[in-house]
Amino acid sequence: MRRLLSTGVAACAALTLARTVAAQDTTRVPEGVRVGINYTPGAQPGLVVIPGPGIDSIRAIVARDLDYSDRFKIIPVADPGGGTAPGPINYGLYKALGADFAVELLDEGGKVTARMHDVARSVLANQQTATLPPPSDANFRLAVHVLSDEVVRWATGTPGIAATRILYVQNGRIWQMDGDGYAARALTPDGQTSLSPAWSPDGRRMAFTKLVEGRGGVFLQTLATGEVSQLPGTETGLNITPMFAPDGQHVVYARSDEKGTDIYVATLGDRTPQRLTAGRFADNLSPTYSPDGRRLAFISTRAGPPQLYTMGADGTEQELFAPFDFGVTGPSYAPEWSPDGSSVVFHREVSGTPQIFVLTVAGRKLRQISSTGRNEDATWAPDGRHLCFVSDRTGARQLWVIDAETGRNRQLSTPGWARLPAWSRRLAGAAVVPNP
Amino acid sequence: MRPSSILTLLAAATLVAACGKKPAPEQPAPQPTPSAQDAPPPPPPPARNDDAERRAREAAAAAAKLRTDLADLIHFDFDKADVRTSDQGILDRKAAILGANTAVRLRIAGHCDERGSDEYNLALGNRRAASAKRYLTGKGVDEGRLDVVSYGKERPLDQGHSEDAWAKNRRDEFEITAGADNLMAPK
Repeated sequence: MRRLLSTGVAACAALTLARTVAAQDTTRVPEGVRVGINYTPGAQPGLVVIPGPGIDSIRAIVARDLDYSDRFKIIPVADPGGGTAPGPINYGLYKALGADFAVELLDEGGKVTARMHDVARSVLANQQTATLPPPSDANFRLAVHVLSDEVVRWATGTPGIAATRILYVQNGRIWQMDGDGYAARALTPDGQTSLSPAWSPDGRRMAFTKLVEGRGGVFLQTLATGEVSQLPGTETGLNITPMFAPDGQHVVYARSDEKGTDIYVATLGDRTPQRLTAGRFADNLSPTYSPDGRRLAFISTRAGPPQLYTMGADGTEQELFAPFDFGVTGPSYAPEWSPDGSSVVFHREVSGTPQIFVLTVAGRKLRQISSTGRNEDATWAPDGRHLCFVSDRTGARQLWVIDAETGRNRQLSTPGWARLPAWSRRLAGAAVVPNP
Repeated sequence: MRPSSILTLLAAATLVAACGKKPAPEQPAPQPTPSAQDAPPPPPPPARNDDAERRAREAAAAAAKLRTDLADLIHFDFDKADVRTSDQGILDRKAAILGANTAVRLRIAGHCDERGSDEYNLALGNRRAASAKRYLTGKGVDEGRLDVVSYGKERPLDQGHSEDAWAKNRRDEFEITAGADNLMAPK
């Protein structure tokens, strides 16, 4: 079922990418071609979130989630105010405003019902009731995000990306925040230097490197309990850039010794990692799995400057992945394979400044998707079109999100210098109780 | 004064300071090796003559110089881990001191400038430290006496963003981890 779902998502995202016009680094949202209520990739149907009494915080979260999905043109409507009881839907008004969808949120005392109205046909198209944990619960916002993603799915056939979290590093600690940039929480203790967080495919654990006096081990942490264990084989030396395999049973990472840095894979529960590269006095690091688990992309200095390579998951068939001109192309870093398998994002220096590039796996074409300031360490959202990355375009290094289809950018506000983001897959929506 | 001599003095100052107090958390300072040799010279007993006093002072100064030479930094070109020809003398001096003091152990820490990714710089710093170790073992130092670690770009000496700052930050630091009591000058 999970596989079936992800295949569907992949197909959808691939179609989206195929239609993608060259995304530029701009905050301008191009006007979509309006083709009525049938969702077409590239077009943005109009959507209103209907004002209503109560649950303002929930309505605000959902409205922001729908906006951040970049699938709609959000049409503001004035709140008549007064906390009036919901009356009949004013389809005529919303049609006149250019809306294709009207989203209504109803407070039902501990439960919230989301309704999506098809404005053109003046009918209620979908609805779902969610039982939400209390707002003080750590999963309250996630439960609201799950509802938002369902609304996106009703309208577009593909769920949104709100019910996700982003891991990142700030002041040596690993933090998580919701995909919308709110609800930040530190996961590792103060006074340590932890780097390179990576999600397990089920979203329950993370792998990361903890640096101690110039050496580093790979650690696995269960997010719900905070329980930490060290990956066997990483007790000595410097072990960096861990990444879970899609099966959740293997962790691939880079280990530095006096002959350079090589990529190893460890089977969880097994004590002997297997080495995949043999770069004598070269560095091989930052491995990232293709979503089918059969290939890896990674960075290697085997030809001099760090560049992007690929190999089979067993270490065979190592070859250059992203083309470069020796002595001309800037060094390349930090690849991440897209969830649909079609692309690999990484950053490469252009005139000494890192910029985000997307490599299309079929045809190996490169597309630069950032140009303002230093932009690095990009990570894919589960929809395969949004990317979170680090940018200093406002002066401080902050996390930003770009929609690679529309080119729209937004900042995720963190109080300090944030780096090394890792975006989760969609997190389970156990809090949502569907209608019987 | 040449930048490298300033650095030498800085390194010496750090080293001496670190001997007396707990190292600051952000500094990869040497582990304190408490001993009579490391402590500041004790006040001379009243019966001592000037000659003994002078000899003790000279011995302390000579030992401090040996420690400074062991800690002297070497520097690297951008994105390179090869020991510069101009820095070979610094390593030759360390090799000679290590040869005369076989109990001494060194920890070599590679550091990088801010360019390149956080993660790549950890690997590059490792290569820089390993490169100095290879040079020293090539001069006959037993490899078991030399540890290799990397701080990547996590601990810059200079927080600036200029070529000068970058050049200072691309370095190996050498920390004495054992055997620095009674340092003997090489013959």
